[in-house]
Amino acid sequence: MKIAIRNGRVVDPASGRDEVTDIAIAADRIVAIGALSPDFQAERTLDAAGLVVAPGLVDLAARLREPGQEHEGMLESELQAAAAGGVTSLVCLPDTDPVLDEPGLVEMLKFRARKLSRCRLFPLGALTRSLKGEALTEMAELTEAGCVGFSQVDVPVADTLVLMRALQYASTYGYSVWLRPQDAWLGKGVAASGAVATRLGLSGVPVAAETIALHTLFELVRITRARVHLCRLSSAAGVELLRAAKAEGLPVTADVSINSLHLTDVDIGYFNADMRLTPPLRQGPDRDALRRGLADGTIDALVSDHNPVAEDMKNLPFGEAEPGATGLELLLSLALRWGEDHRLPLAQTLSRVTSEPVRVLGDALGSLASSAGRLVEGGVADICIFDPQAQWSVQPHELCSQGKHTPFGFEATGMALPGRVRTTLVAGTVAYERR
Amino acid sequence: MLSRRNPQLNAHGELIHLLSIEGLPRAVVTQILDTAGSFLSVNERDVKKVPLLRGKSVFNLFFENSTRTRTTFEIAAKRLSADVINLDIARSSTAKGESLLDTVANLSAMHADMFVVRHSESGAPYLIAQHCAPHVHVVNAGDGRHAHPTQGLLDMYTIRHFKRDFTQLSVAVVGDIVHSRVARSDIHALGILGVPDIRAVGPKTLVPGDLREMGVRVCHDMAEGIRGADVIIMLRLQNERMSGAMLPSAGEFFKSYGLTPEKLALAKPDAIVMHPGPINRGVEIDSVVADGPQSVILPQVTFGIAVRMAVMSTIAGNAA
Repeated sequence: MKIAIRNGRVVDPASGRDEVTDIAIAADRIVAIGALSPDFQAERTLDAAGLVVAPGLVDLAARLREPGQEHEGMLESELQAAAAGGVTSLVCLPDTDPVLDEPGLVEMLKFRARKLSRCRLFPLGALTRSLKGEALTEMAELTEAGCVGFSQVDVPVADTLVLMRALQYASTYGYSVWLRPQDAWLGKGVAASGAVATRLGLSGVPVAAETIALHTLFELVRITRARVHLCRLSSAAGVELLRAAKAEGLPVTADVSINSLHLTDVDIGYFNADMRLTPPLRQGPDRDALRRGLADGTIDALVSDHNPVAEDMKNLPFGEAEPGATGLELLLSLALRWGEDHRLPLAQTLSRVTSEPVRVLGDALGSLASSAGRLVEGGVADICIFDPQAQWSVQPHELCSQGKHTPFGFEATGMALPGRVRTTLVAGTVAYERR
Repeated sequence: MLSRRNPQLNAHGELIHLLSIEGLPRAVVTQILDTAGSFLSVNERDVKKVPLLRGKSVFNLFFENSTRTRTTFEIAAKRLSADVINLDIARSSTAKGESLLDTVANLSAMHADMFVVRHSESGAPYLIAQHCAPHVHVVNAGDGRHAHPTQGLLDMYTIRHFKRDFTQLSVAVVGDIVHSRVARSDIHALGILGVPDIRAVGPKTLVPGDLREMGVRVCHDMAEGIRGADVIIMLRLQNERMSGAMLPSAGEFFKSYGLTPEKLALAKPDAIVMHPGPINRGVEIDSVVADGPQSVILPQVTFGIAVRMAVMSTIAGNAA
C-alpha cells in the first residue's frame, strides 16, 4: 500500500533532521522524505499537521510472558501494547517457561509474532541452559533461529568461571552478552538498602550488589573482549563505573528503565507493591545520576522494562509480590518527560529510544541495522506519529497490555504525561491507530 | 508523586486501624496510654469485663505462630466483651494455597469486626487494611521486621509508669535491631513522645548505620550505649541469628552485649530494664538482671493487656 504522511514535524535523531515535511511510503519502505512528487499516488494519506513523525521506538527490554506465563501476558495483548506505545521493534527476554534456550522455541516465538504483524520481535536467548548458570546454550544455533544476543535476565551467574567461559565463547562468534550487573548474594533483598528499607523493615539490596558485579564484568571484558550490554543500571556509583569503562574503551553499552529514571524508593510509600521492581528503586541521587548519564550518553538507551504482572501476583505483601510493571505504552511519554525536564532537543530525547538502541543491537539486526530506528529513504517504514502537545492521565485499566500494574497510574501520581501516540506503522502497514 | 494519607487514620485524623506507630500524632499516642490507664483497674476487679465491644467479633489471624501475643490479644478482647475467634493460619488455609486476600475475604464474609494480624512479611497488615470492608478494623500484631505497634505502646506505657516525663530520658535499645519490629516501633514511639536521646546498641551486623535516619544514635560499644541510660530495652535474639553470618555464637554475643549486673551498673542507678519477651536467659540478659529489682519485664506483660484493650476500644469507636 502507498501511504503519504503529510505536514508532520519529521524528526530523525540519527541524521538530526527536524523539519515539517512529508513522507512517502510504498510497500514496506520509505520511498521519499520531503515535498512529495505529484506522481506519488497515495492510497491513504495521513494528515500529520501538528504531530511529530519519528522512527518507531526500539525497546531493548520487554517481557511478553509467552511461552508459559500466558495468565500474565500474551503475545497478542503485549504486541498490541507495543504498537499502541509506538514501539515497532522490541527485544524480549528469555526467562519464559520453558526458558528460551532451544532454537525451536525461538523460531516459534518469531513465527507467532510475525503472524500478528504488530511489532518486530528480537528475542534474547538464554546464556546458560535453563538460566541455571552452569552449562552454555547453543549460541550459534540460537542466533540462526533469530536471537540477537544472550542473557541471564535476573539470574546472576554466581560461578565466575562459567561467566568467563560464556563471555569467551560468545566473543568467539561476536555475539553480545546482555547482563544485569547484580551480585548473586548481595542482590537478594526486596528494596534498595537505605533509610526507606530500614524504616519499613524490608530486606535491602546494597549498591555494592551492582558495583561488585560491574567490577567483575569489566575485568572479564578486559580478558575476553566480549561485547557486553549492561541491563538496567540502578545506581550513581554504577553510572560512574560505566563512564570509566567506556573512557577506557571497553566494548560495553548500557540501558536504564523508565522506572529507575523517574522514581525513587520513597515512592514505595505504604508498601505499594506497584513499586516492587527489579532492580529495586534507589535514592534521589541515584535517579539523578541515571538521568544525567542517559543525557550525556554514558547510558545508551532507555527501556520500558515491560513486565505484565497478574493481579493476584501483585496483591501480596510487598516482599512476596512479583516484581515488575507494564511499560510499553509509557515508554514514549516517560522519555519525553525526561527530555523536557532536562531541556533536551526532541531529536536527542528520541534518540535514546530509537537510533541509540539500534546502535546497541548493531549487526545482530542484520539488514535492518541500517534503517531501523531511523527515517531514511529506502529504509524500512517503521514509524511512530505522536501528538507532542497531548497530555494524558494513565488509567491502568485502559492499557492494551494484560498487565495493569504501573507505578505511573494517575490515581497514584496525580501526574499527567506528555505525548500521545496517534499512529504506528510497522513495515509500511498501520499497526495501530488511536481513534 | 502524591503523598497518600496515612492509611490508619480517617479524614478527621482519628485512628481506625493500628498498623504502625510511625506517623501517629502525639495526641493519639497519649490518648491510648491514658485509656490504658483506666483499663488497668478493670483488670484488678473480680469481674474483669467491660461491655465496650459486646457483640463484636475479633478474629486473631496469626499467619506466624505466637501463642503469647495471641493470648494477650484474646484476653484483652474478651475483657472488652468481644467474641474472639482464633485462627492459626500458619497451619491451615494458606498452607493449602489460598491467598492472603482470599482468606481475609472469607473471614469478612463471616462478619468480622476486627482483625488482629500477625504475618512474617513486612507490610502485610497494610494490604489487609486496604482490601477489607470499611467497617472492619485492623490491628497489626507484628509484621515481618516492620512494626509491632501494640508492643511499642505497652513499652511506652511502662516507661511512663516508672519515669513519668519522656522529655528528659536517655533510652538504650540493645541487640538485634535490624530484624526487630519491636525496636522500630519503640524508636518511633520514643521519638513521637519527645525522648531526646535514643540509642541503638549492638554489633554492625545487627545495628546498621542506616538506623541513624530514624533519629537514633548508633553505638557499637555496649558500655557507651548504656552509660547514663534511664531505660534499657533488651531485644530477644532469635535462635536462627545465634550462629552464622550475623553472629558467631550466642556466647560471644552475651560477652559483648548481654546485660549483666556489671554492665547495668553503667546506667543510671534507677534505670529500668525492659524486654518484650520471651527472654533468652544467658544470651541477651543475665538471670540476675532479668529477675532483679530494676527489671520491669513482668509489669510490661500486665500493662500489655490494658494497652491492647485501649487500642481495640479506640479504633472500634472511630468510623472509616
